[in-house]
Amino acid sequence: MDWQGQKLVEQLMQILLVSFGVVAFLTGYMLGSFQTMLLTYAGGVVFTALLTIPNWPVYNRNPLNWLDPSVVEKYPKPLPATTGSKKKSTKK
Amino acid sequence: MHSFGYRANALLTLAVTILAFMCGIASFSDNFNTPIPTTEVQVLNINWFQKKPDGDDEVSLTLNISADLQSLFTWNTKQVFVFLAAEYETPKNALNQISLWDGIIPTKEHAKFLIHTTNKYRFVDQGSNLRGKAFNLTLHWHVMPKTGKMSANKLVMTGYRLPETYR
Repeated sequence: MDWQGQKLVEQLMQILLVSFGVVAFLTGYMLGSFQTMLLTYAGGVVFTALLTIPNWPVYNRNPLNWLDPSVVEKYPKPLPATTGSKKKSTKK
Repeated sequence: MHSFGYRANALLTLAVTILAFMCGIASFSDNFNTPIPTTEVQVLNINWFQKKPDGDDEVSLTLNISADLQSLFTWNTKQVFVFLAAEYETPKNALNQISLWDGIIPTKEHAKFLIHTTNKYRFVDQGSNLRGKAFNLTLHWHVMPKTGKMSANKLVMTGYRLPETYR
């Protein structure tokens, strides 16, 4: 799952669960049945689980494009000594 | 949210939190219900009234208990426990409560009833104070909700005066 997919799945999970909770409570209260509320909510949780827990292809539409190792070889690696002096200079 | 386990954990945690919240509101919604129970008890007969060998008074009664407790039931009510108590005062104790009959009402449909019965539990005084004693008949009830706090209330009804002599 990529970064955008993770963000999407978290928002989807929260919105779905809260709205199922509200819907379940209202139907239970209107029908005067506690059991209806519990069953509606349980159904909603299962539905949300099926939608958000598995790694569906929808959540992998923005893959991270890592550089190929052969490309990395062409460029010089950063030197540890210079980075150290930079840190000191920034502190001052 | 990067792995299966993290997503399952996040979903369960949020789902249970919301469930607890729903139960809290369900319990709170009981406050919108104002119960108006009605009940009536008649003492039809004194079957016998005697002094036991150990000196305590005992009386056996035949009762007609009718009650309409349907308004106690809301969507969040599991069951209602009712009991009928005889309450009276003696020189030694300011309040004596003797349970004469009790019952568990599981549903609203059973909450309106008329019962013709002798006292289910023995009406025995701790002493010899029952001759000519006036007592109150009180219907107590305990409401047990599906979620939330149990509540109890009572309704005091017109009492009865026992005869001056054993029979």
